[in-house]
Amino acid sequence: MPSTLVIGGGPAGLAAAWAAVQAGDQVTLLDDNPALGGQIWRGAIPKAYHRFLDPRITVRTGVQIHSATQIPTADRLILATGTRERFLPFPGWTLPHVLGAGGLQAMVKSGLPIAGKRVVITGTGPLLLAVGAYLRKRGAKVVLIAEQAPFARIAQFTRELWREPAKLIQAAQLGWGLRYRADAWPIRADAGSVTIQGHGKIPCDYVACGFGLVANTELPALLGCAIDAGQVVTDSKQRTTIPHIYWAGAGSVDRSILEGQIAGFDLERARPLYPARDRALRFDRRIDQAFRLRSELSSLATPDTIVCRCEDVPFGAVWQQRDWRSAKLQTRCGMGPCQGRICGPALEHLCGWPAGSVRPPIFPTRLENLLDERR
Amino acid sequence: MIAIRINGQSLQVAAGTTVAAAVMTVQPGFRRSVTGEIRGPLCGMGICMECRVTLNGHPHERSCQTLCAPGMEVATDA
Amino acid sequence: MLIAGAGIVGAAIAAALREAGAKCLVVEPEIVGGGATAAGMGHVVVMDDSPAQLALTEYSRHLWDALPLPPNVEREHRGTLWVAADAEEMAEVHRKHSLYPASEILDSQALYEAEPELRPGLAGGLLVSGDSVLYAPCAAAWLLRLSPVRYTAIEALTHDGARLADGTPVSAGLTILACGTGITRLLPNLPVKPRKGHLAITDRYPGFLHHQLVELGYLKSAHGHANESVAFNVQPRSTGQLLIGSSRQYGDDSAEVRPELLSRMLRRAVEYMPRLVDLQVIRTWTGFRAATPDSLPLIGPYSDRVWVAAGHEGLGITTSLGTARLLADRYIGQPPAIPCEPYLPERFA
Repeated sequence: MPSTLVIGGGPAGLAAAWAAVQAGDQVTLLDDNPALGGQIWRGAIPKAYHRFLDPRITVRTGVQIHSATQIPTADRLILATGTRERFLPFPGWTLPHVLGAGGLQAMVKSGLPIAGKRVVITGTGPLLLAVGAYLRKRGAKVVLIAEQAPFARIAQFTRELWREPAKLIQAAQLGWGLRYRADAWPIRADAGSVTIQGHGKIPCDYVACGFGLVANTELPALLGCAIDAGQVVTDSKQRTTIPHIYWAGAGSVDRSILEGQIAGFDLERARPLYPARDRALRFDRRIDQAFRLRSELSSLATPDTIVCRCEDVPFGAVWQQRDWRSAKLQTRCGMGPCQGRICGPALEHLCGWPAGSVRPPIFPTRLENLLDERR
Repeated sequence: MIAIRINGQSLQVAAGTTVAAAVMTVQPGFRRSVTGEIRGPLCGMGICMECRVTLNGHPHERSCQTLCAPGMEVATDA
Repeated sequence: MLIAGAGIVGAAIAAALREAGAKCLVVEPEIVGGGATAAGMGHVVVMDDSPAQLALTEYSRHLWDALPLPPNVEREHRGTLWVAADAEEMAEVHRKHSLYPASEILDSQALYEAEPELRPGLAGGLLVSGDSVLYAPCAAAWLLRLSPVRYTAIEALTHDGARLADGTPVSAGLTILACGTGITRLLPNLPVKPRKGHLAITDRYPGFLHHQLVELGYLKSAHGHANESVAFNVQPRSTGQLLIGSSRQYGDDSAEVRPELLSRMLRRAVEYMPRLVDLQVIRTWTGFRAATPDSLPLIGPYSDRVWVAAGHEGLGITTSLGTARLLADRYIGQPPAIPCEPYLPERFA
């Protein structure tokens, strides 16, 4: 029986594992979180997708891969390592009441009580609305959702949504009664407040911010898969440039599930899903376009605003460096334990520096975990 | 409910609560940055390393990726 | 004057020649201090593999101590503690003690007092307190702060200088090649070979380690020419991080980390310091030392208009300053402070 190994247990990975079982493969699914479901579902997999939890899948959660040689051998490898939020530094963003939008949602899903807390959500993209709706449902007072994109662009995007009525209804349901404002972005955070462009200083318990999503391409990059403009290069079957390695799911849930299934199925069952996947991809591109970052966001960081939170490197020390590697070597920016995952995408936006090379371990790990590597 | 200790103080949390969520219910700060700033979780998903704490004597563990377990000793430096 | 390479050696030469009154242009295809300079440990250390090595390292260490380095160079006088596992290695401790200025013999008990994390059962060590640790990429940038750098490669040497990768000719009275393992691209007959090394760095654990520790077994492994060897070599950084080395490997010119060699290297470290297993490793990487057959660098004229400064192997940070001073003395016609003959490239002619 051919074997398939899936890394990442979010929507794409679950769909891929299920589809590979349907294709007759022996399937193992690995995830580094305590539970399956990825960041979006976090253990609470919707009923509609319970079929993905096929008992024939061998599931291992809480497993970290540190290097290419630690990946169990399999005939096929499907990478579904998902995305993370992009953060843009602004004065005060390192204060402990400022979290990622998805970050605060994840904390609430993992047990943080939020009832009665005042939350300002800011940044960009549909995630802000989803987070706002979720936090409100859990009892938070969502004071404001401040979206950086211009009103005209969002209005245009909303008008285009008639082609996707389900998405329009979903957006309306999520947003109903929430104070959502375009042309608004964070200027600075101070203890107990955040100042939003056009809305002044707003007292709050938490600021939840996020400026779009960045694909977690570290593992595919380490395995030698081609990456272009932050995305893993794939063909229509979700194959990367390395023959037996597939990549799925760095976009919306709909697209991730389709990509996962296409990666997991045999060609015959995968091919009919291409048009739906391509449509989802086009939709994601329209979202990216509508919520692209405005130029004002590049000047939020002042010279003394920290960009590298691990090493406390201020923007003023970094911006005149020649490139990302010089910034690392000369200022320690990106040399800390997050390995540049937070400041890298920020500086990609602020300075135009593409991501650098990836070296093991993929995440910091106890030295003991690196002791028995074999050829 | 699960009983853990954060900086010596006992705390009861629901099963399935991460160490990060437990710490946040008690205090905003998790660690001191290299220049002494008080920091707490940013990403909530094991990427940013801001939620590192000392877990059962092991420093620099990511609290957002770890579920509370009975008797766990958590120490923060902020 | 044209200097090829903005690593620590090229940077030191630019600074020394500038001081000697020369007008220098440094040409670098990538970034300042981005090659072996960035990959190494930044250990300023006296070593005595040969009398010439002892002379150059001791002279260079003295030159480092005379430099007013800025804080971002993170210089600390940690001292090197050569760790002796057994009586045979203790004999080596006594031999080194007679050669190294201001060194101190530690018995087993004194060794554990100095470094409590070492495993029990070791024989003792030699503490060389004058050795230091620094962060070499920032040292290179500081040495270059007054010298112009042009970011391009040298495509070929010409009769009066060099042709750059962008096609422009540069004429220079003298061209100095300080481009590490890259030197054989321009001078293929030089006996310089890349010798790959691996390093790992941990998160911050202030107080875990106090000195740079090197096993004396290092002598057996590092200077033998076996194709692959590892040795216990750990260094405390001013940040509280630990740098863990080392490996030496010929014949592998891929920059990839080799997991099996990395684990062998880390296992060796754990044999000496068992509690290292609990520390978080945040990054591993590789680099290439420019090795010569006799483990001494090539410093001096290659031809009338071309001088070389390469082949410093694992001692480039230490010996960069001595190298630069020898060349500067030659340039101004001043007798050098140490004999320059052992390093002349003509020994391989």
